[in-house]
Amino acid sequence: MKELERARWRCRRGLLELDIVLQRFMDKHYQQMSETELQQLATLLDLSDNDLWDMITTRKEPEDTSLRPVLRLLQAA
Amino acid sequence: MAIARRKFDAVIIGAGGAGMRAALQLSEAGLKVAVLSKVFPTRSHTVAAQGGIAAALGNVTEDNWHWHMYDTVKGSDYLGDQDAIEFMCRQANEVVYELEHFGMPFDRLENGKIYQRPFGGQSQNFGGAQATRSCAAADRTGHAMLHTLYQRNVRANTQFFIEWMGLDLIRDEQGDVLGVTALEMETGEVMVLQAKATLFATGGAGRIFHASTNAFINTGDGLGMAARAGIPLEDMEFWQFHPTGVYGVGVLISEAVRGEGGYLLNKDGERFMQRYAPHAKDLASRDVVSRALTTEIKEGRGCGKDADHLLLKLDHLGADVINMRLPGIREIAIKFAQVDPINEPIPVAPTAHYMMGGIPTNFHGQVVAPYKTGPEEVVPGFYAVGECACVSVHGANRLGTNSLLDIIVFGRAAGNRIIEDLKKNPHHKPLPADATDKVLARLARLENQKGGENVAQVGTALRKTMQAHCGVFRFADMLKQGVSRIGEVAERVAQTEIGDKSRVFNTARIEALELDNLVEVALATMVSAEARNESRGAHARDDFPQRDDDKWLKHTLYFSAGRRLDYKPVRLKPLTVESFPPKPRVY
Repeated sequence: MKELERARWRCRRGLLELDIVLQRFMDKHYQQMSETELQQLATLLDLSDNDLWDMITTRKEPEDTSLRPVLRLLQAA
Repeated sequence: MAIARRKFDAVIIGAGGAGMRAALQLSEAGLKVAVLSKVFPTRSHTVAAQGGIAAALGNVTEDNWHWHMYDTVKGSDYLGDQDAIEFMCRQANEVVYELEHFGMPFDRLENGKIYQRPFGGQSQNFGGAQATRSCAAADRTGHAMLHTLYQRNVRANTQFFIEWMGLDLIRDEQGDVLGVTALEMETGEVMVLQAKATLFATGGAGRIFHASTNAFINTGDGLGMAARAGIPLEDMEFWQFHPTGVYGVGVLISEAVRGEGGYLLNKDGERFMQRYAPHAKDLASRDVVSRALTTEIKEGRGCGKDADHLLLKLDHLGADVINMRLPGIREIAIKFAQVDPINEPIPVAPTAHYMMGGIPTNFHGQVVAPYKTGPEEVVPGFYAVGECACVSVHGANRLGTNSLLDIIVFGRAAGNRIIEDLKKNPHHKPLPADATDKVLARLARLENQKGGENVAQVGTALRKTMQAHCGVFRFADMLKQGVSRIGEVAERVAQTEIGDKSRVFNTARIEALELDNLVEVALATMVSAEARNESRGAHARDDFPQRDDDKWLKHTLYFSAGRRLDYKPVRLKPLTVESFPPKPRVY
């Protein structure tokens, strides 16, 4: 119950740039994501703000290559 | 309905740098501390601070806290309180070394000392050569600070209440603050957190503006709670703006673009900065560029269907220069303005960045208000630090790198003061019988509202009104109209309606409650700005272009009840050194 609201709230970050990108991503993709993808999203959201922003702007790549497909969606959001 | 109650020695609202520095001081002294945060602590807005923390360590060039004090007083356009400024600058070295000891990863010089870099507004010898005063951890100083403080707090057993929102202050008949009511998002439960000391560290409120660099969480919750409890808000007309934010979203476009040769255009394709600053043109200082943008918009030369922004052109620099020197800017333009600056100009407008005003405090972090006999009486049990507080070290304008210093110095000072105060008052005062009446009535109003308006819609009206009427450059007619417009918005805020009435994780309710706080900040800002008939620091009036020390060398106090204004003198007397008397502020 309320998984969408919970996830949406956890997209509230310390950096405005992330707030905006994550909000767009949620609007576009969240409802269609599989269990595995939701897990991967949760892993990415647990990163610190600056690390996550570096990955979204392709300055850094996650070591765990399985995260890349979800990250690509974030980068395109 | 019986409301659960928990008791703590201290309750802190906000887990950014200020709240966590205070919490650490208290937890390490063995006090029972609760820290409430709407989001996970390391996602507080402190992470956005890049520039560094000012301290006259003198590791690179000779430096002295007294020079730092002079720069801060001058930067504040003489509205800063000189006792608090002396206190902050004198403590800077100690608090930076303390952070180093906590494990903060400062950049280093080859000799192992903390690396320092120069920053605007920093001088040697009271206005002489450039000083080198900013201590940084790459361009991520706030991020490093926040993570360091969080780890230390976990070790010191600070109790975090994550995804909790403070609702209202609890005050008794004498005016003493006895804690807060708060909402747990997960369950939707309201709880009373009773405390011998209540400290607000809720950060800024940039979300009152349509264009702001502030994160979505910056809704001025502490200011709203204070204002509703009868505490005045100080100097709310002073907001720092950046001239070039991405139109519509406010994300910062750094000055580097204009440094590399980018320039601004109006709807006629005219390079308008030539008219405002014939020599410096687009490289004129931040306030000059911001005012020029606002004037172009006001005079109908803005771009787009609402004629409310300008264009920043850099395609003439060529793809190579843009890709090599401004890659971050290109990314931001593509992501947030949907234009590739290699081909098209970026739509921009001034964007709100930092709130100089806030809850009035002294340099011990104690909230002070004129509520019995004097203008600055301590409100027992109530403390505030960081951007939500007005201590006032930034006065009418903040210097870069002074905000991270502010949160650490006064976070620690407030912690120390609370420890002392609790030795004198070791017991909880009894809660008044009506402690939760007002907040429950506010929540009930929201639950039962019929035929009200959507929160997002009213929020947009609030932000657009503030942006249009009370932005970076202010005009008498717009302000006057703005006061009545924002009053109309306030009436709509009092009648918001939410569709979702469920308890568990109801974000619609949270956003409605945030809007209750934003509107208090917006009203305070508009009313205070309309009344101040001078230009000082960040408050720039078209009709009163000069600073007027005879009439306006004083702090504004805004009271929510009756939307009344009062004033109090600036504290011109430092603690030990001679006062810096007001003189023209030229750089």
